[in-house]
Amino acid sequence: MGQVTLSNHPGLVGVQPEPTEQALPNASSRRQRVEGFPVSWLVAPSILWLLIFLVIPLISIFVFSLWTSTGYGLEPGFNIGNYGEYFSSEGFFDPEHRNFLKISVFIRTLGSTFAYTLEVMVLCLLTGYPIAYFLARRVTSFKWQMALFLVCMVPFWTSYLIRAVAWLPMLGRRGLLNSLLLSLGLIDKPADFLLYSEFGYTTALTQLYVVLSVGPIFFSLAKIDTDIIEAARDMGATGFQIFREIILPLSLPGVAIGMIFIFVMLMGEFATAVVVFGGKTSTVGTVILNYYAIANYPFAAVNAIMLMLAMMIGVVIILRLVNIRKEL
Amino acid sequence: MARWSKQKRKQALGTTLFSGYYGLFLIFIYGPMIAMFILSFQGRRGGTSFPMRGSSFYWWQKLVEPSVVGDMQGALLRSLILALIVMVITALFSTMLAMAFRKRFFGSNVLFYTVMSGLMVPGILLSLGLATLLREVGIPAAWWSSGLGVHVVWTLPFGFLVMMAVFNRFDVSLEEAARDMGADEWTVFKEITFPLILPGIVAAGLFGFTLSYDEFARTTLLAGEFNTLPLDINASMTQRIRPTLFALGTASTIFSLLMIGLFLVVYSILYRRTH
Repeated sequence: MGQVTLSNHPGLVGVQPEPTEQALPNASSRRQRVEGFPVSWLVAPSILWLLIFLVIPLISIFVFSLWTSTGYGLEPGFNIGNYGEYFSSEGFFDPEHRNFLKISVFIRTLGSTFAYTLEVMVLCLLTGYPIAYFLARRVTSFKWQMALFLVCMVPFWTSYLIRAVAWLPMLGRRGLLNSLLLSLGLIDKPADFLLYSEFGYTTALTQLYVVLSVGPIFFSLAKIDTDIIEAARDMGATGFQIFREIILPLSLPGVAIGMIFIFVMLMGEFATAVVVFGGKTSTVGTVILNYYAIANYPFAAVNAIMLMLAMMIGVVIILRLVNIRKEL
Repeated sequence: MARWSKQKRKQALGTTLFSGYYGLFLIFIYGPMIAMFILSFQGRRGGTSFPMRGSSFYWWQKLVEPSVVGDMQGALLRSLILALIVMVITALFSTMLAMAFRKRFFGSNVLFYTVMSGLMVPGILLSLGLATLLREVGIPAAWWSSGLGVHVVWTLPFGFLVMMAVFNRFDVSLEEAARDMGADEWTVFKEITFPLILPGIVAAGLFGFTLSYDEFARTTLLAGEFNTLPLDINASMTQRIRPTLFALGTASTIFSLLMIGLFLVVYSILYRRTH
């Protein structure tokens, strides 16, 4: 091959130690050359952008959570009392001892948000996993696999809010579900439990978020080497054994990624609660917005910090249960 | 021999069951949208639920009349412009980032997780943090500044993952050949790298455009004086819900679908050309 000495190489940026004679044709050391555009130029715009619009806003939430509310704005300070109030409002340390031993209303909101989140996560997993399994392991033609997968994924690229609105004509007293149940003779008068109810809320949330579990699970299932399954079958494993011993464990990283994704999104959820549940329940998200609306920014910030904390704990627990490093 | 065919039959039965379930799943995720679509053609006297009382374009016409729905057209225009800017920035930044990540560099792990946390941080937190900060500093929020900022934070990780996948399968020897023949970095990028990764850039752009066009939570407190389309839809829900909302939702969804289709067509044309 035509030898180009490294020092006069036109694409070379920065100072490089002269390689020894033997090292030059060696493929692995060629990788070490400084190639391409300088890294600092490539990453600088993104770093700057993320600092301004991601890192600094998150830090400032923490700072503001310690400031004092003046009723219309903020006053700098170090007011731990905001957190005290968070834990005590209507609750444990109530100065008048009226609600002694009752958990703070904010913690209860956080708890109910978490309970809904957990319920919807399980529902998403149960409905989404068979779809991912079907697409990855049962559809044999690659073309069909991709087409059917894309059909599942399209809703992710359409408006989440509109999809929530679309549940209104389904769930109402005279909605489609009620008409369906009536015509099937399962009920004899329209059921009230559909719209603005827990049932309607969790159903809608499952429909909105289930595609997020299908994607990652599909990818980890599609990666499983068919030879392993063939080998297990040759050795006499039943279909269920193959699933339990091979397919399920190997798909867990995808399950974990999907669940983390759904978990953080549901914990921050607020729009669906208003649209489908008629604002009958408060999530941490709606509490934050309400406090922002009445200009009590420190309290909105305290709720946000506690939400973040709960989310981090949840994500760490999921990561403890499943090692997703293999997947990345 | 008999056992083999029995297993085959079992397999076929399983596939049939799964196909049936897949069909039900599609009804589940598309059913409500289709119901909304049908109801947008509700007759003049009809309401927001079935049965249909005749059919008409009445609610669609109301959509076009500017006086009724407020600033719908303006909101649509703003959402479109915003989505286009986000698309360009996402495609550009994610390409640059993924090119940087072809090598290990100082702080690459921290940067990777920071980019990825754009996926994980709920929109409500970003909205709250930046809105309060801007309030304190005294800079007004606007859809084209603070709104644009948080949108890119949300779309960048998707574009970045797409471009990382593209570069994972990239054949470095093509670039090295060009370098060995004396091409400078710009020429290598323009003549070799860029044409090969172009389908990926289009896919990254798809994420940028669609996710920004539909984004609601992140813009909630950050759009400032003028609404984007999702904010406008949300605002119209605080009033009495009318089939106009369904017409608006249908129109917006059809537009999203057309954009996805367009991106997929462009992607497959470019992909076929490069392979």
